[in-house]
Amino acid sequence: MMIPESPENIASLIPTQPSFWYNPRVHAILFQLIALFAVIGLGIFIFHNTLINLEQRGISTGFDFLNREAGFGILQTLIEYTETSSFARTFIVGLLNTLLVSILGIIFATLLGFIIGIARLSSNWLVNKLATTYIEIFRNIPLLLQIFFWYGAVLQTLPSPRQSYQMGEMFFLNIRGLYLPKAIITESFSWVMLSLAVVLVIILLLIRWSRNRHQTTGKTFPTLLTGLILLITIPTITFFALDTPLIWELPELEGFNFVNGVIIIPELIALLFALSIYTAAFIAEVVRAGILSVNQGQREAAHALGLKPQQTLRLIIIPQAMQVTIPPLTNQYLNLIKNSSLATAIGYPDLVAVFAGTTLNQTGQAIEVMTMTMSVYLLLSLLTSLLMNWYNARLVIRK
Amino acid sequence: MTHIQPINKDLPPPTLTINLVTWLRINLFSSTFNTLLTLTCLYLLYLTIPPFINWAFIQADWFGDSRADCTSNGACWAFIFVRFNQFIYGFYPENSYWRVNLTFILFVLLIFPLFIDKFKKKIALASFILTIYPIIAYLLLYGGYFGLTIVETDQWGGLMLTLLLAITGSILALPLGILLALGRRSTMPIIKILSIVFIEFWRGVPLITVLFMASVMLPLFLPDGVNFDKLLRALIGIVLFEAAYMAEVVRGGLQAIPKGQYEAAKALGLTYWNSMIFIILPQALKLVIPGIVNTFIALFKDTTLVLIIGLLDVLAVIHNAFTDPNWLGYSTEGYVFAAFIFWIFCFSLSRYSQYLEKKLHN
Repeated sequence: MMIPESPENIASLIPTQPSFWYNPRVHAILFQLIALFAVIGLGIFIFHNTLINLEQRGISTGFDFLNREAGFGILQTLIEYTETSSFARTFIVGLLNTLLVSILGIIFATLLGFIIGIARLSSNWLVNKLATTYIEIFRNIPLLLQIFFWYGAVLQTLPSPRQSYQMGEMFFLNIRGLYLPKAIITESFSWVMLSLAVVLVIILLLIRWSRNRHQTTGKTFPTLLTGLILLITIPTITFFALDTPLIWELPELEGFNFVNGVIIIPELIALLFALSIYTAAFIAEVVRAGILSVNQGQREAAHALGLKPQQTLRLIIIPQAMQVTIPPLTNQYLNLIKNSSLATAIGYPDLVAVFAGTTLNQTGQAIEVMTMTMSVYLLLSLLTSLLMNWYNARLVIRK
Repeated sequence: MTHIQPINKDLPPPTLTINLVTWLRINLFSSTFNTLLTLTCLYLLYLTIPPFINWAFIQADWFGDSRADCTSNGACWAFIFVRFNQFIYGFYPENSYWRVNLTFILFVLLIFPLFIDKFKKKIALASFILTIYPIIAYLLLYGGYFGLTIVETDQWGGLMLTLLLAITGSILALPLGILLALGRRSTMPIIKILSIVFIEFWRGVPLITVLFMASVMLPLFLPDGVNFDKLLRALIGIVLFEAAYMAEVVRGGLQAIPKGQYEAAKALGLTYWNSMIFIILPQALKLVIPGIVNTFIALFKDTTLVLIIGLLDVLAVIHNAFTDPNWLGYSTEGYVFAAFIFWIFCFSLSRYSQYLEKKLHN
């Protein structure tokens, strides 16, 4: 059928402007306004209720409480803290304890995770199956249960201080924790630090020089090896050339308990064990996926180009595997940081236990305390993802 | 004269026979390093497995009424058997256990057809599970009607509470998560920003702080006189938290749908909601079922955290049982039992999700 090309017919084919209520633009604006007002309305409703409720219960608002005296002790403090310190100080103490367990946890979980991830791909049947079993067992049991297990079932069986397990006169392990010698820094130690700084500068210059030489002449220089040797030998020589830069203070049994030295509390040990073992199971899977993601052809092509196995690994396999590994690895690190808040269940004084727990109970200022606690975790998450995004953007192979 | 060569079929490859010795040599002792590894592993196994089996089975005491019956050096499983009902049902009245059983049997029966490919009325059944079933479950568990006695929620506990929190939490979080995922991919800037802020906020904070918030801050947010019960408060926290994770899973599915599908829906003149409901979401959700199952596993493990705000989930009940003076010193048995329960659930679910993933890729 032919449509006669009369002006009226053509006009009817041109889409007309939809009526006001059916215009998608109008829809979008209206819908967004409604959503915005609903959210603002909910916010005002909550705010209003909260004000009334706080007034009725006689809870003051504001952050003045941070200057008040805390009046309770904390099991582990990385900075000086007494019962007369302020609530602001408890916040810092808790935050530092969270950071301590998170950073140590990330280090151990990464080491263990990489080992198990590689073992999972081993051609050795037994190693392979053991790694698989490890992963399947530990990632399918709740973390809290694992923390309880290490704390309640394993560490509670340790002997009393008098019957401690010991290694020489330096390390003691008992139900109260692990006692280590404490390093006391004397004045001459600053020379060791200075030599370390000098070595670092030298290594940086060396890297620049060898990169330039590689670009211009194509000759390679074993930077990594030279750097490592320099980094280890020079500060060590300085250390021993000086007269006692460090004094080791040994733990000693006095009465029923140890004095001096550094103590690692059992809560920290249990938490570290559980966090590292649990997260390592997930990291192992991430590592395995990363290694498997590199095509076999890449390895063969590298060999065909005449690259040595070591070079193939460093220049071809690892850069590509890292690209796949970094984003999920970041997620695991973030999970570990958030999971460290389970510390509160066994009484390790992390941010949630000290601040959202004890401080909240003592002051009753739930809103302020929870806001501060949650902001810390949000900030940590944000910072970690920014850092990893930046690293990832540098790493992405430009195609 | 030409000789016609008879066309023979290709012979099958010779059957590969590997005897035990060859297998051992290839898989365990292929090089010096591998031999060393194998021997180390064997030694480690020798150190751990026989003592464990000895403790858990050979020397274990299985039956008894008190710690006096646990005389051997092995595990005291009698502790678990005596307390078994409490671990499963918490402090739910014993003569009403059938109500809990019925609720869960009903759930399993209802959810089962969803996993059968040939079953056609999946959407109708799913909406029944989402709308009517929760009411039935609530009436059965809480009571108050049809002559059922009221069982207050502080008596709910054990595995029943764990399953209840995980299942209800996921079921309620899914629709919210879908809306948030659509919001995050929306072209409307305000909706997009609101969704992103919501999702990133809940994903950035630990579940414990969410539960603390639900238990101490939520009462402050509500008008005077309105008060939720502790279980409901925890559930609200869990749903908001879980919705953010569901949203990210669903968003992955939405991104995987080719652009042509969106454009085709538009070209057909479908409105936004029609194109989402009839074209995009059915395809996207099918893709993300493994992801949803994984999120459920994570939530199932995370529900143990409710013990910190004083709810009696299975871990809390087991944990409390250790303080019973009749059964002091059997915490290892309790933890092993709890670990076993969680492991069975999580392992089978993760295997199921792997199976689904494989099926999707083929």
